[in-house]
Amino acid sequence: MSTSGQNQVHLSRLYALLLIFFLSSVGLIARAVNLQVTETEFLQGQGKARFLREVDIPTTRGIISDRNGEALAVSTPVDSVWVNPSEVLQSPENLEPLARVLETDPDDMERKLTQRAGKEFVWLRRRLNPDVAGQIRALNIPGVFLQKEYRRFYPAGEVAAHVVGFTNIDDIGQEGLELAYNDWLVGSAGRKRVIKDRLGRTVEEVELVRESKPGNDLQLTIDRRLQYMAYSELKRTVLKHGARSGSVVLMDLQTSEILAMVNQPSYNPNHPGSSNDGLRNRAVTDVFEPGSVMKPFAMTSVLESGKVTPTTIVDTSPGTLLISGHTIHDHRNYGLLDATGIITKSSNVGMTKLALELEPEHMWDTYQRFGFGEATGSGFPGESAGVLRNYRRWRPLEQATISYGYGISATALQLAQAYAVIANEGQLRQPTLIQGAVNPPISVVDPKLARQIAAMLETVTGPLGTGRKARVPHYRIAGKTGTSRKASASGYASRYVASFAGFAPASRPRLVCIVVINDPTGDLYYGGDVAAPLFSSVLSGALRIMNIPPDDYSALLVDSVAVASVRVVGVSQ
Amino acid sequence: MNARLLILIIVLILDVGSSLGVVYARHASRHLSVQLGTLEKQHDNAVAQWSRLQLEQAWLADASQIELKARNQLEMRRPENTHILVVRP
Repeated sequence: MSTSGQNQVHLSRLYALLLIFFLSSVGLIARAVNLQVTETEFLQGQGKARFLREVDIPTTRGIISDRNGEALAVSTPVDSVWVNPSEVLQSPENLEPLARVLETDPDDMERKLTQRAGKEFVWLRRRLNPDVAGQIRALNIPGVFLQKEYRRFYPAGEVAAHVVGFTNIDDIGQEGLELAYNDWLVGSAGRKRVIKDRLGRTVEEVELVRESKPGNDLQLTIDRRLQYMAYSELKRTVLKHGARSGSVVLMDLQTSEILAMVNQPSYNPNHPGSSNDGLRNRAVTDVFEPGSVMKPFAMTSVLESGKVTPTTIVDTSPGTLLISGHTIHDHRNYGLLDATGIITKSSNVGMTKLALELEPEHMWDTYQRFGFGEATGSGFPGESAGVLRNYRRWRPLEQATISYGYGISATALQLAQAYAVIANEGQLRQPTLIQGAVNPPISVVDPKLARQIAAMLETVTGPLGTGRKARVPHYRIAGKTGTSRKASASGYASRYVASFAGFAPASRPRLVCIVVINDPTGDLYYGGDVAAPLFSSVLSGALRIMNIPPDDYSALLVDSVAVASVRVVGVSQ
Repeated sequence: MNARLLILIIVLILDVGSSLGVVYARHASRHLSVQLGTLEKQHDNAVAQWSRLQLEQAWLADASQIELKARNQLEMRRPENTHILVVRP
């Protein structure tokens, strides 16, 4: 009895134990199934998150260089400092040394960070100087981090500011060619997924999410030496004559590559101000009524008509001409002038008399062939097309004024392009700022005619011309002065634009140069007095730097230095 | 029977050999990727240094700097036109 009772107790214990074993194994299996089957994705994801990292592969913006490969814009890495506000605010005593290094008020900083306490990422200061970044690194404050960023530097500064432009803090082009060629210059940052070990070293690259593409470099046609020379000469002239602004464009005639393009006022692209007047590349964006520098184009149209030759005599007396109730003035009464003399003396009356013989359509067509009224296609942002009204809306007075450069507007770059046509025997080539651009020449004017106009322009710097101050010793210069009154709301004000356009050497033209001085406030305001001397100094510098031989090169040769030094002593005494 | 045993042994050896190969390849790949990382960092540093050197050169070769030094320190000046001679070759 007792044994069977004992056995029963043993049996029930055994069953209980078996049940416990069974239940616990069921529990274990269920958990295993749960982990392996239902939650596996979540768990594997979590596991990977412990060692898999996505890393940015940074790239740099392309370098902008001049035609000789000298840097005009370069990106270089600098440090920016950012903070995790909640982490920093845990120990506010750290803010003081941090603020001291950054030279700000610690209370200010604390307020700023408290406001943004909910965020995990706040920029404190971007693009630090290397020594400041070093000090912050030395402070080693928890929650303060340094991030490598790229900053763009412009070693040529204000000299090339208008052409090159600048980028904003996020490295996106804002002005100039930085803006126009932004897509070309920026690279795209890549991304890769990697496995990192305990020490943060990358042990394995799992996959490339996105390949990084570095930015492309951009080589300009600008020559830094010429750019600097033109800029300093322009600045001197603008200061000397108290002018409001000014521009110089220097272009290679064989390729239509722009060698220098400078403007005043300018700015420092390394620290561009918020917004100011100096940002515009006036040579491309600003139009003005060119005045007499337009006469060669009207004269081309006149000669094309076949009724007039360079020696045709025109009576310009008494120096005034009444058209539709408006009087056209000459500087003084020039009497009888031939067509060449009209250009030499810049006679408005003579030009008008010849131009009024023309069909408006033909004259308009000539201007258009020279590229007026249409943007040059240089690809510069904000390029202006100027204004050339359709001939159907020309009245005789308009036709007259357009012949001597009023009632029409153009940019300095358009003038450079048009004067290049005359210098290049009637071939028009689109001006370019980028090395390797394709700009095939198009014939727009009869070569013989272009040579005739060029010969007329050479008389302007001759003994009787208005542009004698544009001369460069030993070189033959062809060009034209321009002085135009500025249009204002109440008609034409007594404010002027002085200009000079021309090319050299006249026998084998290599360079075309346009000088525009806006609103000279001194006593002098004529193109021949203000713009021509600047033209002369820019061209003489450019001819020297580019090693272009003078026209009468052989006449300058001496047989020996001994003979020459005698001559030099003789001359200087 | 013997043939079967032989095949089994060969397969076993191959299996062990290939697993060892996998372990070795894995190790080599990690080692190489660490190396790649260091080299990439070196490349980045070289690029950064190059950009800094380019900037430095641009600043040192700045025309206004050169002009200033030529005029003030070396007392150079532009020769007058009468002083420029071309000797007949």
